[in-house]
Amino acid sequence: MSVARKPRVGTYGADALEIRNLTKRFGGEVALDDVSLSVRRGEVHGLLGSNGSGKSTLIKVLAGFHTPEPGADIRLYGKSVPLPIPGPKVRELGLAFVHQHLGLIPSLSVTENLYLGTLANADDWRISWSAAHRRAGEVFARFGLSLDPRMEVGRLSAVQRALLAIVRAYEDLRHASADHAERPGVLVLDEPTPFLPRAGVEQLFGLVRQCVDVGASVIFVSHDVDEVREITDRATILRDGHLIDTVVTAETAHEAFVERIVGRSMAAYESAAKPHATQETVADVTGLAAPGVGPVSFTLAAGEIVGMTGLIGSGFDNIPALLYGARPGTRGELSLRGRSFALSSLTPEKALRHRIAYLPADRLGEAGVSSLSVGDNIALPVYERIRGPFGLTDEGVAAHAHAVAGRAGVKPNAPGLPLAALSGGNAQKALMAKWLQTEPQLLLLDEPTQGVDVGARQQIWDALGDTAETGAAILIASTDYDQLAQLCHRVLIFARGRIVAELSGRDLTKHHIAEHCYRSMPQPA
Amino acid sequence: MSAGRVNESDRSYEERIALLEEKIQLLESSMDRPPARAPGRDWVLWFERYGLLIAWAALIGVLGTVRPDQMFAWNSYATMLGSNAMIVVLTLALLLPLTTGDFDLSVASIMGLSSMLIAVLNVKAGVPIVPAILVAVLVGAAIGAINAFFILYFGIHSLIVTLGTGYFVNGVILWISDSATIAGVSAGLIKAVILTRVLGVPIGFYYATALTLVIWYVFQHTSLGRRLLFVGRGREVARLSGVNVVRMRTGALIASGVIAAFAGVLYTGMRGAADPSSALAFLLPAFAAAFLGSTAIYPGRFNAPGAFVAVFFLSTGIMGLNFLGVDSFVQNLFYGGGLVIAVSISQLIRGRRPMD
Repeated sequence: MSVARKPRVGTYGADALEIRNLTKRFGGEVALDDVSLSVRRGEVHGLLGSNGSGKSTLIKVLAGFHTPEPGADIRLYGKSVPLPIPGPKVRELGLAFVHQHLGLIPSLSVTENLYLGTLANADDWRISWSAAHRRAGEVFARFGLSLDPRMEVGRLSAVQRALLAIVRAYEDLRHASADHAERPGVLVLDEPTPFLPRAGVEQLFGLVRQCVDVGASVIFVSHDVDEVREITDRATILRDGHLIDTVVTAETAHEAFVERIVGRSMAAYESAAKPHATQETVADVTGLAAPGVGPVSFTLAAGEIVGMTGLIGSGFDNIPALLYGARPGTRGELSLRGRSFALSSLTPEKALRHRIAYLPADRLGEAGVSSLSVGDNIALPVYERIRGPFGLTDEGVAAHAHAVAGRAGVKPNAPGLPLAALSGGNAQKALMAKWLQTEPQLLLLDEPTQGVDVGARQQIWDALGDTAETGAAILIASTDYDQLAQLCHRVLIFARGRIVAELSGRDLTKHHIAEHCYRSMPQPA
Repeated sequence: MSAGRVNESDRSYEERIALLEEKIQLLESSMDRPPARAPGRDWVLWFERYGLLIAWAALIGVLGTVRPDQMFAWNSYATMLGSNAMIVVLTLALLLPLTTGDFDLSVASIMGLSSMLIAVLNVKAGVPIVPAILVAVLVGAAIGAINAFFILYFGIHSLIVTLGTGYFVNGVILWISDSATIAGVSAGLIKAVILTRVLGVPIGFYYATALTLVIWYVFQHTSLGRRLLFVGRGREVARLSGVNVVRMRTGALIASGVIAAFAGVLYTGMRGAADPSSALAFLLPAFAAAFLGSTAIYPGRFNAPGAFVAVFFLSTGIMGLNFLGVDSFVQNLFYGGGLVIAVSISQLIRGRRPMD
């Protein structure tokens, strides 16, 4: 890490980007509460905060996706921009974005991707590809990158793709500001690093420094405290929609960042975790590994609810699907009440036979079919059980689903409705009930309460608690620290695919979980 | 940050939650009542289900006012029901892969090959009719398996694979028949398909009806049928719910080949001969009927009774127009237009979401 980098504070003219009194509400929910911050010329400005802190809302306001509440003022180089920001014109205003998914088209060449904006918008009837490739080559040479302009983007490494996306955003800015070089623009990098190896991050940072050296400003959005400390000059921390602080990075310690992200008020939350008594092991996982994860080993006891969490990209969210045999290329061994089998040969079919159930996070893509009825969605795993003398009937399916959904508190309890007609919370209750009726001995959940309202959330927690009491082991992957602290007996923290901490008993608080997540990043060499 | 601010934000948080919960209560209580649906909604549903039957009756009525002696004669219908039996069977062959989310464009070719194989084996090679039929059906199954292999092992879109295999099979038909019509198929088959009549209707119609009932039962009243539907609507959901998606899709494609081959048996029996090209013309009518049928009886999903009604709705229209002396090109207009209109109607039911 570069110690004591001198802050490149601009000495001339207005700030590159100035945001004043920005508020954004979604219904009654305040996502951003009177946020004001400024990004200086030639500065790398970090934007930090945990999930739900308002980071993404802020970025989306800048990109023109959201309309801020009246009263906000956003200025670029001293000039107010119209609000809401006109999405298609952000580039001309001097803003360029690189989102986490990068926005590249894998089947096209590097050059085609680099000039995508121009190609998509300009009418050019005589494109000379050799000239375009040459121009692209010159651009990469200027940044000291060795990218082959003719290469298909799908064949680039993850790092190269990220670099290409950043170069493209920078070039777009440079073209847009060609006639006003004194306003070089602001580049917004929205979580570009979580899936990159360490060496790739270094390379990416090198590129970011080159961009600011020529006068552009960069907003660097991240979860990762160490990366923010390494690359930024100043950083702004958001929490629950409030601006907590803007700090000069070189003067701020790691601890101080974590404190601001997590907040001290959490100390008020006492651990809700119940001590877990039984020692009878249900599942014993050894050497679980897959691309980007592991190897990790852990055990789950009867009646135990174990949480898994970490920062984005740490791999914890893959564990439930891997233990269910839902992804190819899984290695390791799962021993279920003494019967062990290789994870490489596990399939969902086989997992279900061994009474393992898995509820994916993608509610309407993987967990349930929105166009089919609630009744069929619930009855799918137990069709054989509810056959009558004439086989399955709609009435039989509906009666069964009505009983199951009634117990789960699904409202309205109308099995004939398509699943799409239910609210997020009620759809989740129904899909949870689908698996609970199979009486699993190992229940795997991925973000079970994402997008679920408060009331439904409590009902789902209660249902999980009851299921654990019957002797099932439950594994929950989630980034909702509050949920983990209240629901789990034990929480495993992941970083870079490995378990780096285990919290239980009195240590299991929202505060501790968050602290360990942000502290668990390997220190840069 | 001051302690005062924390408390304040905590309190407003509590307040917000209380407000939200109140709102949820309100929503829930308002949602608890409606399941006793408004009577108008039931009527719409009923109309959706039986609209095609009503349209069929209306079609007969309208054409009947112009040509009453032909349109209201049982004999016309007896002939029409019998001669469209193999289209019903061919449509049923399509339904299975369509339900699991695959298109099978090779069904008409399989029907043609089956028809030609029976004729070649029976007439030219002197093979008795029953073994000849068995060979034809087995070949149908084999082509279904080949389709499944390319679709599932290589992950190619079913449209491309079956377009290719269908065209390939057309070549095989021309090859084994020397591009000539082969007549003189065993009278036993003709008798078993068209000469025997029950209530004046050739017995082939009853085969098609029986098969319709079987497929209706499988789709509606067995767990297999429901799983097939899940495979088509949400492959990932089905897979993660323990359904063997590959086996289901393979089974549907092989069954499609077998049923299409059976349609070929009926086609040969109906005419006592096989020609190398006419079977291919039935691909579009079968698709039109499958999609039009998916707007009726069980609206929104491919279903056997709907397809059955759709075939006879379309063929009644064509029969009537023939009685009016309209040229034979009207058949193309009717089937082609029927397909597009049927899909448009089902898209309206689906709320105009793009098709997968």
